[in-house]
Amino acid sequence: MTENVQHAGSLPDERPPITVVGPIAWVRNNLFNTWYNALLTISIIWLLYKIIPGLLSWLVINAHGFSAPVQECRADYSGACWSFVSEKLRFILFGTFPYDEQWRPLLTIMIFIGLLAASCDKRFWKPWFLAVWAGGLALVSALMWGGVLGLTYVENSLWGGLPLTIILSVVGLAVAFPMSILLALGRRSNLPGIKAVSVAYIELIRGVPLISLLFMASVMLPLFLPNGVTIDKLVRAQVAFILFAAAYMAEAIRGGLQAIPKGQYEAADGLGLGYWLKMRKIILPQALAIAIPPLVNTFISFFKDTSLVIIIGLYDLLGTAKAALTDPTWRGFYKEAYLFIGLIYWVFCFFMSKYSQWLEKDLNRARRR
Amino acid sequence: MTSESGGAGRGAHSGFTLSINDPTVRAVVFQVLIIGAVVLLGWWLVHNTLDNLARRSIATGFGFLEREASFGIGESMIDYHPRDSYGRAFLVGVLNTLKVSVIGIIVATVIGTLVGIARLSSNWLLAKLASLYVEVVRNVPPLLQLFVWYAVITESMPSVREAFNPLPGVFLSQRGIKIPVPESDPVWNWMIVALLVGVAAAIAMTRWARARQARTGQPFPVGLASLGLIFGMPLLTWLVGGAPTAMDVPRVQGFNFVGGATMSPEFFAILFGLSIYTAGFIAEVVRSGIVAVNWGQTEAARSLGLSSGNTLRLVVLPQALRVIVPPLTSQYLNLTKNSSLALAIGYPDLVSIANTTINQTGQSIEGVAMIMGTYLTISLGISLFMNWYNKRIALVER
Repeated sequence: MTENVQHAGSLPDERPPITVVGPIAWVRNNLFNTWYNALLTISIIWLLYKIIPGLLSWLVINAHGFSAPVQECRADYSGACWSFVSEKLRFILFGTFPYDEQWRPLLTIMIFIGLLAASCDKRFWKPWFLAVWAGGLALVSALMWGGVLGLTYVENSLWGGLPLTIILSVVGLAVAFPMSILLALGRRSNLPGIKAVSVAYIELIRGVPLISLLFMASVMLPLFLPNGVTIDKLVRAQVAFILFAAAYMAEAIRGGLQAIPKGQYEAADGLGLGYWLKMRKIILPQALAIAIPPLVNTFISFFKDTSLVIIIGLYDLLGTAKAALTDPTWRGFYKEAYLFIGLIYWVFCFFMSKYSQWLEKDLNRARRR
Repeated sequence: MTSESGGAGRGAHSGFTLSINDPTVRAVVFQVLIIGAVVLLGWWLVHNTLDNLARRSIATGFGFLEREASFGIGESMIDYHPRDSYGRAFLVGVLNTLKVSVIGIIVATVIGTLVGIARLSSNWLLAKLASLYVEVVRNVPPLLQLFVWYAVITESMPSVREAFNPLPGVFLSQRGIKIPVPESDPVWNWMIVALLVGVAAAIAMTRWARARQARTGQPFPVGLASLGLIFGMPLLTWLVGGAPTAMDVPRVQGFNFVGGATMSPEFFAILFGLSIYTAGFIAEVVRSGIVAVNWGQTEAARSLGLSSGNTLRLVVLPQALRVIVPPLTSQYLNLTKNSSLALAIGYPDLVSIANTTINQTGQSIEGVAMIMGTYLTISLGISLFMNWYNKRIALVER
């Protein structure tokens, strides 16, 4: 008896049946668990089988390398002509910026990416980091415009490509942010006059398409200003973006303000804090933390929307790609061009949206504790 | 700032005096200042504008709307000729915008709902494909997507003579998509009337059935009967009208097609570009709405003895819709506003027609005001409708 028990105890562990764990079980549970799922799986696999080999051969196998001459692509266009991208790379990325000075926009892009990446870290969410941003923006304007430190002056009508896209969105966001806080506070104010002004502004801007604002900036702004005052196209587009972003960001911040329990307001009142002190020290720090994920989402859509400046004749990333396609030697390689810039936009937006999702979870966890 | 709020306490004790520390006085002063600043800014802008207009001798006002437009419009839902007025041209643009928005909203809702449900599928492959769709479509600018669709049609499709012919009578070429349409016959108009009558009868019957079920407890096969009414009425009309089957089939003649209906490359690009882009967002809205309904609700409904169809219809869907409708509204509004991107690919929507008008007449203020006014009206209309619908399905708290 005792011997039996000991014997049983020393038996090697039985492996779980193959239908419960392991790859076969996974396939059964996730791909073939019901008859209609099996049908779906088979049809999807068939579809992928039809699409993927062709796609791969176009993208990689039959594709012409980065140094293939255009005649070779024209002779046999069964694969992508990646030499279009390498040939036009600097034009698509930097536009008409003087060729020998293009290290300056490159450095600009790197500074912006560095600043944006650092801003993702919560350790840098301190007032002094604003000074870092201000320094970064000053450095960027010195780099792009030049005229100081021995750099040659480059007028901003020559700017284009990725730096223009990033500048329009980041500067737009930076200027619109304080405006949007005031608008959100105005919309939540119990002073009817101020509330009416804020609501009218926000709803007016949100009710019309961005294109109409860009139109307004490009054709009407010159009429609005006193005679003799002229501002260039880039600044006009930037003004339109700021007006646009302020309204959308104000709504994101209003969501944050509404999420603050009434007790916080009452406690601040009970301490005898005035309106601005109450907002600055108690309400806004909490509301802005809640509003950060929707603000990041606003920034993403804003980043995508900068592509609309092509309509008023500025050459951002999309604009330079389209312009590159008008070169008679390289006409027709639109798939390569759109794929390339689509990938750039996608990388930026995808990482920002993943970050915003992660941040939302992280902030929720911190609040629940 | 601190001394000011400290002073407020003292001010309240010192009786009735007009002091800046009195909250009521301060409220009035603030509002007067802000509104005054806004009015002043407005006056300054108007003053500058009038001054500039006078300098450039541009006449203000909407009188230009009656002048002859003298530009052609590629596609129009109403009769239009370059000799018609600017006003009529603008109307054509508004109708084109509405056409692409309404069809786009329907297509985007269908695709978005399917993709949103697919993301929750127990089929791993399907769920991953749906996620891939959402992640790609949402993170690429809509304008770029429009350009891609437009290029696919105009650059990759064969010429008219070598048009791709997937189904008999359907042609895909650089000139867009050609489909056969039934030849005009009065019966088709009567069928539309019959369809409307059928829908009205179905609604009336649903009400009657609901009242009867509340009174007697007897259910009525509403779904089947409604289907019968809505499809049966037009079918009956068609049979009574002599069942016309003549079709207007497109065919190649010379360098172009004759006959049939056309979907222009511009319309195709804007419709599919916008629908596919917005569907990515709608998919997320639908998914979060379904996830938001607690699983316990389904279990409770099933333990009450409701069938799975009734569980979905009576318990899950009403609660999911409550979460879905507000963000869905803003997606519909976005689609409508994004239809203005049509300008970039040359679909004659209201923005592109207003743009042409501005370039020809120089009436930029009036043109931009008309664009903004129309969009504000459309946005307001959609919001009002969706708010009404939202109120109808909202939680009634007792």
